[in-house]
Amino acid sequence: MDLTLKIWRQASPEAKGEMKTYPISGVEEDMSFLEMLDYLNEQLIDQGIEPVVFDHDCREGICGMCSLFINGQAHGPGRKITTCQLHMREFKSGDTIYIEPFRAKAFPIIKDLMVDRSAFDRIQRAGGFISVNTSGNTIDANAIPVPKESADKAFDAATCIGCGACVATCKNSSAMLFASAKISQFSLLPQGQPEAKERVLNMVHQMDLEGFGNCTNTGACEVECPKGISLENIARMNRDYLFASLSSNK
Amino acid sequence: MALDSKIPAGPLGEKWTKHKGEIPLVSPANKRLIDVIVVGTGLAGSSAAASLAEMGYNVKAFCFQDSPRRAHSIAAQGGINAAKNYQNDGDSVYRLFYDTIKGGDYRSREANVHRLAEVSRNIIDQCVAQGVPFARDYGGLLDNRSFGGVQVSRTFYAKGQTGQQLLLGAYSALNRQIAKGRVKMYARHEMQELVVVDGKARGIIAKNLVTGEFERHSAHAVLLCTGGYGNVFFLSTNAMGSNVTAAWKAHRKGAYFANPCFTQIHPTCIPVSGENQSKLTLMSESLRNDGRIWVPAKKEDAEAIRAGKLHPNDIAEENRDYYLERRYPAFGNLVPRDVASRAAKERCDAGYGVNKTGEAVYLDFAAAIMRYGAEEAHVKGVKNASDADIKALGEQVVEAKYGNLFQMYEKITASNPYKEPMMIYPAVHYTMGGLWVDYNLMTTVPGCFALGEANFSDHGANRLGASALMQGLADGYFVAPYTVGEFLSKDIRTGKISTDSPEFEEAEKAVRERTEKFINNNGTKSVDHFHKRLGKIMWNEVGMARNEKGLKQAIADIQALREEFYANVRVLGSANGMNPELDKAGRVADLIELGELMAKDALERKESCGGHFREEYQSEEGEALRDDENFTFVSAWEFTGVPAEAKLHKEDLVFENVELKTRSYK
Repeated sequence: MDLTLKIWRQASPEAKGEMKTYPISGVEEDMSFLEMLDYLNEQLIDQGIEPVVFDHDCREGICGMCSLFINGQAHGPGRKITTCQLHMREFKSGDTIYIEPFRAKAFPIIKDLMVDRSAFDRIQRAGGFISVNTSGNTIDANAIPVPKESADKAFDAATCIGCGACVATCKNSSAMLFASAKISQFSLLPQGQPEAKERVLNMVHQMDLEGFGNCTNTGACEVECPKGISLENIARMNRDYLFASLSSNK
Repeated sequence: MALDSKIPAGPLGEKWTKHKGEIPLVSPANKRLIDVIVVGTGLAGSSAAASLAEMGYNVKAFCFQDSPRRAHSIAAQGGINAAKNYQNDGDSVYRLFYDTIKGGDYRSREANVHRLAEVSRNIIDQCVAQGVPFARDYGGLLDNRSFGGVQVSRTFYAKGQTGQQLLLGAYSALNRQIAKGRVKMYARHEMQELVVVDGKARGIIAKNLVTGEFERHSAHAVLLCTGGYGNVFFLSTNAMGSNVTAAWKAHRKGAYFANPCFTQIHPTCIPVSGENQSKLTLMSESLRNDGRIWVPAKKEDAEAIRAGKLHPNDIAEENRDYYLERRYPAFGNLVPRDVASRAAKERCDAGYGVNKTGEAVYLDFAAAIMRYGAEEAHVKGVKNASDADIKALGEQVVEAKYGNLFQMYEKITASNPYKEPMMIYPAVHYTMGGLWVDYNLMTTVPGCFALGEANFSDHGANRLGASALMQGLADGYFVAPYTVGEFLSKDIRTGKISTDSPEFEEAEKAVRERTEKFINNNGTKSVDHFHKRLGKIMWNEVGMARNEKGLKQAIADIQALREEFYANVRVLGSANGMNPELDKAGRVADLIELGELMAKDALERKESCGGHFREEYQSEEGEALRDDENFTFVSAWEFTGVPAEAKLHKEDLVFENVELKTRSYK
């Protein structure tokens, strides 16, 4: 198929960026979206044009490294997929496709379509863990039964891949879905209880420091989340936060 | 240099406990004076960095991704083995040990494997304490499933995302130490060179991938947790960035490379669809618990399917060849990976393959759906359930078990695996070979350690499913943090290692020269162009079946490719700032050298074992024919200037507890 690509090019964090137009032909239906970009880059290299820089790694929807705003949607058209799982059969010959980076104040652009999402790591460091040493000398794994329903919900929350689609999609650039997923995972498990209050207070505090916006319950994040992380997690986080604020010893 | 594996004396079951008790301790005050570099943040790297920092060492951790959480361990699907015997099916440490030795076709070290089986139980305890949400049954206890090559259920899992959950657990432990300032994390940094001072690994040259700057980092020890080298085949289930550079630079500085030809070709991957494909996607081995593998029994049916004139659902039961169940009745669809892969290739080579390429077989869930459906109908008390009802109920059960895998398959292929069988074909997945290490996981460069997939030690010639996660975490949480003590206890008076030494100077100069050469090369072909050609050579001649003629040809072809690469590769842009093409060029340069060593190793190993199948050495039934008399050793290669002249050192494998047998799954 033949396509017209409009791609954001920006040489460095400080440089001024712009949309550039690249016509491309010979794209196959079975290509993934990123393979289409590989294919474009091969042609750019042949023409002596610097290839388009974009983040990617596992190409099977789990590492969370790929991003991209495609035709105004995080990870492009289609639900519950990352950009690397988007295939060109979703487009038709003659289409014009707009490709932009994830945009948010807390995600500065590094180059072209690549952004810096290290703010997410800093939120995790503020409390996204259970303080247990790695000696292996803990109690037996089956010593504390966990009701299947809680375990399954904790798992669903834990499947967040940290891609940032929620932030990029949110009109407020809020990271509530991301933060609440980790907070919920531990909040639902007995092992997470001792530090639950501190965790939610510290992670939310860090989230604010990073410059993410607030949540206005639009729900766009849930719609665009490649892993279908539920808004329920934000509700749980808000409840935990309120409870911790009122009852914390700090 | 003679290889000393440093396996402790004493009975097998006591070696590790005794050794651990005898490793010199470093006092907390002295640990603060010791720096450790950890390269790679997958299961092995994250867990090692977290554990070492917790113990009191100063740790610097490096990963090329934008966050340590993205390392490719995250993509492991099926599960992690542990000898817990929660299912009460007769499992034990010894059985896990035995299965692993046998599964590895008797080419791994008894002592290492036994240690792995011993600590496997701690891993599960540890992970649950960290909040890893493993699958549970309705009683709230941990659930298990079965994997290939074993007859017990010892695999712990979190749907089809076990690697993700385990890595996020290790990442959380790492984050806890980063937050304390005990680990300094360098994301988007890639190791470019190992720095050896007075014969010891004392640091690395790292590239800041965002700014393009080269940085000198010194330490008293360097741990390489940098994964495997499956990307030498271009198409593999590895992530795009997975590479051999860190391990290869260590190899060039004196670390022997062991059994490079031992490559795992995973039987259940989504088949190749076109020339522009960039990677292959694995369908977890756990699917073989319930999926039945088959091809048409009649060649004309296979031809009709390839031509698009016949649908698999229209082939009657008696016209299907469930070739694994036929050839290996005892293990059926759950034979080990190498056996399953070769059997698929055998059928496809014989002309029974499906898919338009003829390189695919079916993985069919229809029988499992009906079986589970009938069970559900019974449980729910549905009387006189119709086939359609049973099917619907069964589909729900299968969805609960494998939903995300089925969804992944459908996204890629646009075909619904609940309604028609999946198509699968073997693909490169894992590399058992890696840097040679002794029992302490130290390479032949003192102070340089290798953990996880980057070393060679535990899986012999074939790895069993759900054992990679086990090894990564075992090495990182429970082995290396202790065994480094033997080396580091001698360094308490050393003091800070200077980065101004001539060794650092030279190492940085070498990296700069390599980089400038690529930028100024003005060639005409892209890096990927060469990578793809390398991959084709490797897949055709050093893939699932190998022979002398092909391997010799591969060596000649790779040598020619290397020359052409250096003469004609084109890297645009500058060395200052972000330039992924430049980074890729450095990785491919190392993969080309490694490819040649793999072919050489495969040529020298004149036997078939595990993932290494030499066509000249097979039984009449086409099974791998080992030569225990002449090849019960580890091939450890010493770099002498070019891969063609690498020098072979042999570590004889001594089996004191297990009798070497022909591996049979019949």
